[in-house]
Amino acid sequence: MSWITAKRRHPAATYVLVGLALVLIGAGYAVLTTSGSASASSPTTANAAQIADGRNIFLEDCATCHGMFAQGTTGVAPSLIGVGAAAVDFQVSTGRMPAAAQSAENERKPPRLTTAQTHAVAAYIQSLGGGPAIPTAAQVSTAGANVGLGQELFEANCAACHNFDGAGGALTNGKFAPPLTQSTPTQIYEAMLTGPEAMPVFNDLTVTPQEKRDIIAYIVETRSEPNPGGFSLGRVGPVTEGLVSFLGLLLFMVLAALWITAKHGKTHE
Amino acid sequence: MSDTNSPGVGGEAGDPAGASWPEYLSGASASGHGASAGEGQPDGDPEAEQEFHAGPRRVIGTPSPAAARTMLSGPGSDGGKPAVRELPADPDDPQRAKKAERLAAACFILAGLAGVGFLVSYAIFDVHSLTTVLHSQLALGTCLSLVFLLMGIGAVIWVRHVMPDVEITEQRHPMRSDPADRAAFSETFKEGAEASQFVKRPLLRRSLIAASVPLAVAPLFLLRDMGPLPGTSLDGTVWRKGLRLLVYGTGAPITPADFDTPGALISVGPEGYLDDDDAMAKAAVSLIRMRPGELVFGPAAKPGGPSKPNFTVPNWTVDNIVAYSKICTHVGCPAALYEQTTHYILCPCHQSTFLATEGARVIFGPATRALPQLPIGVDSAGYLIALSGFNEPVGPSFWERS
Repeated sequence: MSWITAKRRHPAATYVLVGLALVLIGAGYAVLTTSGSASASSPTTANAAQIADGRNIFLEDCATCHGMFAQGTTGVAPSLIGVGAAAVDFQVSTGRMPAAAQSAENERKPPRLTTAQTHAVAAYIQSLGGGPAIPTAAQVSTAGANVGLGQELFEANCAACHNFDGAGGALTNGKFAPPLTQSTPTQIYEAMLTGPEAMPVFNDLTVTPQEKRDIIAYIVETRSEPNPGGFSLGRVGPVTEGLVSFLGLLLFMVLAALWITAKHGKTHE
Repeated sequence: MSDTNSPGVGGEAGDPAGASWPEYLSGASASGHGASAGEGQPDGDPEAEQEFHAGPRRVIGTPSPAAARTMLSGPGSDGGKPAVRELPADPDDPQRAKKAERLAAACFILAGLAGVGFLVSYAIFDVHSLTTVLHSQLALGTCLSLVFLLMGIGAVIWVRHVMPDVEITEQRHPMRSDPADRAAFSETFKEGAEASQFVKRPLLRRSLIAASVPLAVAPLFLLRDMGPLPGTSLDGTVWRKGLRLLVYGTGAPITPADFDTPGALISVGPEGYLDDDDAMAKAAVSLIRMRPGELVFGPAAKPGGPSKPNFTVPNWTVDNIVAYSKICTHVGCPAALYEQTTHYILCPCHQSTFLATEGARVIFGPATRALPQLPIGVDSAGYLIALSGFNEPVGPSFWERS
């Protein structure tokens, strides 16, 4: 390690250290943010026992904000009567509900409830006022889907917020459209059907169930696209890629210039 | 590489030529043949001068008057001419130089290996599919970059740690050729002109000049590509009375009953133009379904009439369905980020924000005009149609915009 001691007063040492630290932080952040899980959910037939079970869980985990009868609390939480099982399954299975705090955007996190518990709460909410049901496995199957049409629909209606590749993007006042990289087909379907948070609704009559499957197929398809060069950079497009290459090369060239021109050895008197 | 520490140079250590670089440099400045010599004597040939004076001047990039000064050859090749001043060819720290030499050599060897890697990758990666092309390009590019990078690093190490670390002043010398050369050139030129009979034969001369005139004028003609003027093409879109609103992508017509979920949004285009990208570039429309009571209506306005009053939606809607141009009035990005909770329509380019419930008026950002609203109605079959085109030009401002 003596070479470190020898070089630590080198003029370029600071730049090298800062560069290394940035790379480390970036890599660490990337590793941390990609962790997380999504639970696959399948709809179940509601029965009285399940609804009762769901009501108990609701009272325990949701009623604080949404009220004892899911009627909502003004300024805090919306009424859940009529939102349907699909909305509950989306919010709970993506971990957005129960919310960690009142914030502009509820972020995806590991779900608090199991799939069975989620379905129980969903059945309870469904029993209150109806609404969109949780889609079946067949409804979200991408087998035989028209990915090309899915891309057209996605680009016209979804890409504005979610990015052409499902990478997400910023909205107003701290809200943002989340990345779709971890969403399950069921969750994507439910989101289109119910319009969680600021997202608009795409009902089954304007975007048919088959067209929803096409959109899901496109989103799933983009995940397996190769990343030229090996780094996706969030797949947010050429601007980021250009900026990263530009800054990276700039840093490299500054360091190289420092190294080439650095004074060394004794001065000649 | 091994020539760098040539034994001949070490043998000259006792020689007066072994003077240190600072002495050498001060000698140069004291000799009076500085930059002024070049400026004051346009006829002076720097090389010839150096021959005559055998002075201590050395111009980078020219043959050294003292062969022994070069790093790579010994004093033996000097042709008997006495070398007056010499570079201290031995580095200050031979140990360190030896190390640097090995390091640079290692870089060069690695560069060579990377070069071989380039050839090998070319041979082993096939290019029959997108994925293999990707791998091939990655391997070829990496190898080639390594070759250049390692050669560069080696060269820098060589220069910095093996060559003497001294500052060298480069003297300017006149760029002008010497008078004899100039006279000779002039002579040759005149001879050529004479021999070609360019002056004597006006027919040849003039026809050649005439031949080149169209070529010279050609660039002026290319200016025409800047036109024609857009005329009134920017004023309207292809939307006109009676065109159905079709879902972009599927081409399905929409009834108000289909589009009945509050908070719903869909991108639509005019019937017959969905595949016409030029038309769609201006005619794209966001169709939004509001909850009852959310739209703030203004006084009834006639489709195609004057611009809608600010802050209100003219009664151009059907069952709380409102249609706005998707083209931002700032610089024409697709403003289609609709938040159904706040009813903001956000443009992703410069964050212009429009309030959909109040005629898409600007509430934030650089846009200055509300998004144009498309008057919509229902045809006899129950499908949504346009009642007219937009009542104002869509998209950003332009010079002749009324």
